[in-house]
Amino acid sequence: MKMMKGLLLAAGAALMGAAAAQAEGERYVLVSHAPDSDSWWNTIKNSIALAGEQMNVEVEYRNPPTGDLADMARIIEQAAASGPDGIITTIADYDVLSGPIRSAVDSGVDVVIMNTGTPEQTRELGALMYVGQPEYDAGLAAGQRAKDDGITNFLCVNHTIQQPSLGERCQGFADGLGVELGNQMIDAGQDPAEIKNRVMAYLNANPDTEAVLTLGPVSADPTIQALEENGMAGDIYFGTFDLGENIVQAIKDGIINWGIDQQPFLQGYLPVVILTNYHRYGVLPGNNINSGPGFITAEALDKVEEFAGEYR
Amino acid sequence: MSDTPQVVQDERVKRISPFRRALIRPELGGIVGTVAVFVFFGLFAYDSGMFNSQGVMNWSVVSAQFMIIAVGACLLMIAGEFDLSVGSMIGFAGMMIAIFGVTMGWPIWIAILVTFALCLGIGALNGFIVVRTGLPSFIVTLAFLFILRGFTIFLPQVIERKTIIGGIGEAAEGDWLAALFGGKILGGLFRWLGEIGAIETFSRGTRQGEPVVDGIPMLIVWALGLVLVGQILLTRTRFGNWIFAAGGDAESARNSGVPVNRVKILMFMFSAFCATVFATSQVMEFGSAGADRGLLKEFEAIIAVVIGGALLTGGYGSVIGAALGALIFGVVQQGLFFAGVESSLFRVFLGVILLFAVILNTYIRRIITGER
Repeated sequence: MKMMKGLLLAAGAALMGAAAAQAEGERYVLVSHAPDSDSWWNTIKNSIALAGEQMNVEVEYRNPPTGDLADMARIIEQAAASGPDGIITTIADYDVLSGPIRSAVDSGVDVVIMNTGTPEQTRELGALMYVGQPEYDAGLAAGQRAKDDGITNFLCVNHTIQQPSLGERCQGFADGLGVELGNQMIDAGQDPAEIKNRVMAYLNANPDTEAVLTLGPVSADPTIQALEENGMAGDIYFGTFDLGENIVQAIKDGIINWGIDQQPFLQGYLPVVILTNYHRYGVLPGNNINSGPGFITAEALDKVEEFAGEYR
Repeated sequence: MSDTPQVVQDERVKRISPFRRALIRPELGGIVGTVAVFVFFGLFAYDSGMFNSQGVMNWSVVSAQFMIIAVGACLLMIAGEFDLSVGSMIGFAGMMIAIFGVTMGWPIWIAILVTFALCLGIGALNGFIVVRTGLPSFIVTLAFLFILRGFTIFLPQVIERKTIIGGIGEAAEGDWLAALFGGKILGGLFRWLGEIGAIETFSRGTRQGEPVVDGIPMLIVWALGLVLVGQILLTRTRFGNWIFAAGGDAESARNSGVPVNRVKILMFMFSAFCATVFATSQVMEFGSAGADRGLLKEFEAIIAVVIGGALLTGGYGSVIGAALGALIFGVVQQGLFFAGVESSLFRVFLGVILLFAVILNTYIRRIITGER
């Protein structure tokens, strides 16, 4: 009896879904954790606007003006109260945001997690999927790429060793190469002069090092200088996470072989497209989506430069 | 009124018509503004979800948050001083509760009480420095804005190597004092309302069938309680008169025997108390403390107070007015979203409304009181 009722309900819901599928103009709200001052998110803002235009849906971008995560929780609650078809958000702090996100899911709003969060947290909260760059997987892919290029050992320059996600990038890279990480990862600190000197010291002590991996502009920029100074620039295999002005220039100059881009464009664009198709036709990819790693090499640079700050 | 026999004609007491008396109340601007705001959003955002149970709860909670810090800021402003350290105090208090309760593992109720003592002490220090040095409170509390924020970032980084400390939810499980800040009341009433269909229920998940709004958060209870206490204190007690006197003209107040310094220090402590109530409620609700909590909240408190009709120069204002100011601020902030205003324009609207409210207040007061 209970099952019958359930079936009937499901059928009813399906019918309603079918009716809704006719109407375009679904409404999606993206709630980010970034303060107004964070320009990186402008790419995402542009990407959801583009997706909204292409799919003919309404998209809104919301963020806590000062980056206060408690304010972000209120914005998610509010977004849920306004009855959108879907919410796209991050899990910047599981403690703070799990309540509001779960409430949104339970009140019938479909949620996609992007950028920050893990596939496990996403599943736990009942969100549909996660679109972002898992740090370990990105490192692994980079390591495999380096292995194909004939690399057997490396130096990982970690500038924020207390942050576990950065360490995972190095671990993934080591696993991709198929070697032990061991003490190939150095705690470089944040100071550019210190980073430069530590890299030079390590390379002096280990002259047979074949590759260098940096984890962002903070460690990449001084490492470029270090390599230019000790004459290894262009000779040693050099990969880095994230992009920046100096990194782009170094790729152009042939010092850096590739930069890993987590492609924020996809983190905004894909959830809108996925939710729209889910609501119109009931189709949903069967797995989480890795927006990165995208590898940027000298050949692909012109697109990056052309759309820098807009879509890249 | 009409049957009052005018036995003694005192030349110092002038008869004021009830209408005029109603107009010169500092709450007037707040009342007019509240009505205007609700009419506005009633017209432009009625069917957007703003007035369903979730929507109402959303802007009520946000307004209640403003109210809590506005009451403290209001009394302090009437006493003639500012507190710019409110926002940093919120972040600091939350972080101290997390450090005491999670990192050091104390029972949460002890962590909360110690934090309150610590923050009231800092409030007293603020006040003490202001009355002792005669420096503007603007500068002194600006210094504490940086000092407290600095510690809020520094301490968790040194102790836990991160800037967010979580796990307070588990630590506070079953704690009697935590429930007083993070709990909800009237759960039964809301469940009943959900059952009879007066409010929506969750349509799926583990809470299916439960109402989407499952009680009144203690945050709102605290807000209303503080407004009530503040209003009675200000208008019905001798101490309330002292607050007005201290802010109106400190020198003549002192000459007529008002302990101005004591009043001001106590008001700084009350402001710190309100900030700590805010922080405790937030930490208990969300279960974590972050170094970025409470940014810019001091200005939001001052905005609410000014919309509510208080004078920046002190000596004039009302707690009810400040509460209405907080309500206006909260409803506008959340309402702009429901009305579909582009989020980057939010600050523009906020500025315009603030300006409009203050001009209106001043204008009304000038016409009525004849001051120039």
